[in-house]
Amino acid sequence: MSVFLSITFSGVALGAIYFLAASGLSLIYGLMDILNFAHGLFMTLGAYAGWAVAVHLPSSIGAPGLFALSVVAAVLGGALAAGITEVLFIRPLYGRPVSQILVTIGLDLAVVGLLLGGFGSNSVRIPVPLWLIEATKVGSANLPNVDFLAIALGLAVLFSLEWFLRRTRYGIIIRAGVENRDMVSALGIDVGKAFTLVFVIGGAMAGLAGLLYAVVFSGDLVSPLQGDSLLIFAFIVVVIGGLGSIRGSALAALIVGFVQDYTNLYLGGHSGFAEVGNLSVVLLLALVLEWRPRGLMGSVA
Amino acid sequence: MKSALKVTDLQVAIEGSHILQGVTFEVPVGGVTALLGRNGVGKTTTLRAILGLVPRSGAVQVLDHDVIEWPTFKIVRLGVGYVPEDRDVFSALSVEENLRLAESGPDARYNDIYQLFPELKERARQRAGTLSGGQQQMISIARAMLNGWPLLLVDEPSKGLAPRLVSEFADVLERVAQHATVLLVEQNLSVVKRLAKDIVVLDHGTVVHTGSARDLGDAQLVRQLLGVAGVA
Amino acid sequence: MRAIKGLRRSTIVASVLLLLFAVVPLVGWHVPWVLPGTLDVVNSTGTLEVLALCFMFAGIALGYDVMFGFTGLLSLGPVLYFASGVYVFDIALTRWQWPLFPALALTLVVSFVLALVLGAIALRVDGIAFAMVTLAFAQAFFYLIEDNPHNLTGGDTGLAVSNLRLPSILSGAVANTRSIYWIALAFLVVTYAVVWLVTESVTGHVFVAIRENEARLNVLGIRPFRFKLASYVLSSLIASAGGVVYLLIIGTAVPSAVASTTVTLSVLIMVVLGGAGTRWGAVAGAIIYVYLQQYLLKIAALPSFTTLPAPLRVPLSQPQFLLGALFVLFVIFVPGGIAGLVGRLSTKRAAPSLASRWRDSKVAKAIEK
Repeated sequence: MSVFLSITFSGVALGAIYFLAASGLSLIYGLMDILNFAHGLFMTLGAYAGWAVAVHLPSSIGAPGLFALSVVAAVLGGALAAGITEVLFIRPLYGRPVSQILVTIGLDLAVVGLLLGGFGSNSVRIPVPLWLIEATKVGSANLPNVDFLAIALGLAVLFSLEWFLRRTRYGIIIRAGVENRDMVSALGIDVGKAFTLVFVIGGAMAGLAGLLYAVVFSGDLVSPLQGDSLLIFAFIVVVIGGLGSIRGSALAALIVGFVQDYTNLYLGGHSGFAEVGNLSVVLLLALVLEWRPRGLMGSVA
Repeated sequence: MKSALKVTDLQVAIEGSHILQGVTFEVPVGGVTALLGRNGVGKTTTLRAILGLVPRSGAVQVLDHDVIEWPTFKIVRLGVGYVPEDRDVFSALSVEENLRLAESGPDARYNDIYQLFPELKERARQRAGTLSGGQQQMISIARAMLNGWPLLLVDEPSKGLAPRLVSEFADVLERVAQHATVLLVEQNLSVVKRLAKDIVVLDHGTVVHTGSARDLGDAQLVRQLLGVAGVA
Repeated sequence: MRAIKGLRRSTIVASVLLLLFAVVPLVGWHVPWVLPGTLDVVNSTGTLEVLALCFMFAGIALGYDVMFGFTGLLSLGPVLYFASGVYVFDIALTRWQWPLFPALALTLVVSFVLALVLGAIALRVDGIAFAMVTLAFAQAFFYLIEDNPHNLTGGDTGLAVSNLRLPSILSGAVANTRSIYWIALAFLVVTYAVVWLVTESVTGHVFVAIRENEARLNVLGIRPFRFKLASYVLSSLIASAGGVVYLLIIGTAVPSAVASTTVTLSVLIMVVLGGAGTRWGAVAGAIIYVYLQQYLLKIAALPSFTTLPAPLRVPLSQPQFLLGALFVLFVIFVPGGIAGLVGRLSTKRAAPSLASRWRDSKVAKAIEK
């Protein structure tokens, strides 16, 4: 029972991080038709921003305070990186969707190359407050506190995002634009601003995802290649959930998190497959594609 | 202002097909001008080209402004309402949200809209995707009228609608045309005869006839220009 | 008439280049500054190895261009077939002690089946989703290799090819780098011939039609799926054959070098840099990319280089950064790639290259005056 509880819990935590990574991607694709390869970069940069802040500020602030600042820095770092990307590299290529995708690939490669040059492939460690490393006893299971954090932040973002999309004017514009960009323009609305906004929001969430991933699953270590490996899963979640659907991303993220953790637990170690969880996720993707090509909650593209 | 809309040598090519090969016409201020032609001749494309929704060359003057270089939203903000051919309401949004999106300022005329289309008020929270074709068309027309803009581009508002609804929408357009200029694409000739003052006929990518709506009384002319597609 | 003359001109240029490349291993000149190997001698092992890699990647890029440039399918998973080429060949030779040609045959058969199955699944979706799926499959393959199932792949540390089953001409020392060089060159030539034949044939024209306007094909009663799958499978087979060549050149298979997404991205960059949909563009792009990559590494190791201040030195010492930045610049300012540039310079008529036509198919350019 306690195994079941802790696996489920970590599955949800993983799902929360995937959701953070995937929902921005999904929105960007839904509104702008762009497969944003630089999303992995935003995740990595967010994590590094979190690390840089925690390391360079005086430790008199205290570990929890520093970590809170790390979180803020990760969000801002991701948002800033995304904003710059959209304005400098995506906007000039408006009307050339394939070029937009290619430019995000190039950016990803170039900046990760820079990071590799600066940091090597070594990792840096984010300082975290003690209680994050500890676990809380629930029933007979020991649930890691980082998982609580990930789930809490994931839920907070989900609700904020839903509120934003449903209650603000720009949220309505984005929802409409995902359906029919041209018609939004034909109502006299400058969709370009919505593009930048969506990128920035996506980047903010990606930055947070990057930081959380480092803390929850990577032993507080941040390395230049991290974001790109997380990106693959974000892509899978987006396709399974349906391009352009936030709720689809949330649902798919949970499912993928569960599948990954459960298969790792129950099938791991068999026939030498140490990371069968990853393979199962891809298998899941193949199954979803066969059965429902537009994803769980996607609209016809 | 001489004309609400002036189009000169408008050219549009899409995927290798040269749809508009030099369209030139003027729409005088006030009243309804009908844009006619056989199926597929480029009427919808003309409207979209005016709004900049397709790449085009030539000259387009909207309400005395040269807009050929302008992005769509800027052209629309001059005061151009658009009722597209397939309604294009946002199905995931509620009726209310669909209308809210169209608001350009605090003077949105919701009272007028709800008076004309009381159903929209009743179903304000309903998801637009669950409405009937006629109700969606109400949304489409309402949001074009919402701001009291001086120019309306209306594309086949009667398409796929029951005759009773067609008549109701014709009433609405008649009312609108009292205060605004309307460029109306329409296959239904009875609606055209009822509403339009002037007509512009397209064929083979250019304008082949301009004149008054009375010309439609000439059956031979109608058959020549429009083939047998003219619905009486 | 001019078209034929043009063809003859490019054939002459190609033949001359081919001849030059063929004799490189026999040329022992010392040429300073330019060469990527550690010794500045034309036919040194270092130089020959780099050039062989250039040819190998050129062939792979060509194969990828068939799918991406001609058929318009953005696949992010060609590394899967490259890796399967490398590893199946390696495993057959090293773990199972198979002789050369059966190992080769097995490699191609496995890759063919993989491409057929995975392609059929991936092509169920279009565009962006297709790209994501191919990426996912390739990544899964990476994980599979890293997992070292049944101790076949050697996991992280990789699998060095055993020389027992290779003919002596192919294995081991310096003199044999020459043979491998010529094999790589032959691979490129054969691939080019195959790609040329396919793209000039009716099938090739269907590929282009799929890229330009798939909907219209459906109306004509042609089912694009079969052709897309064919394009995908051909491209994948070429990538696998390239993998075989890779193993001969490098001698070891390591997942991070052979199966990671970086390989896919490199190939994509090569094709775009050179000019998608132009065949020789992919070749040029690949040769330049690989050459630059090695050359930049060599420069970064020079003593005078290490004295540069860090903000300058770090970016300049990372080929990935430089090439990525170059790629970004090309995508924004030179979308037709090198081939597009050359095309614009040499022909009077401003015919947009296939590459830029494809990329900017939003039609602004299609407005005929």
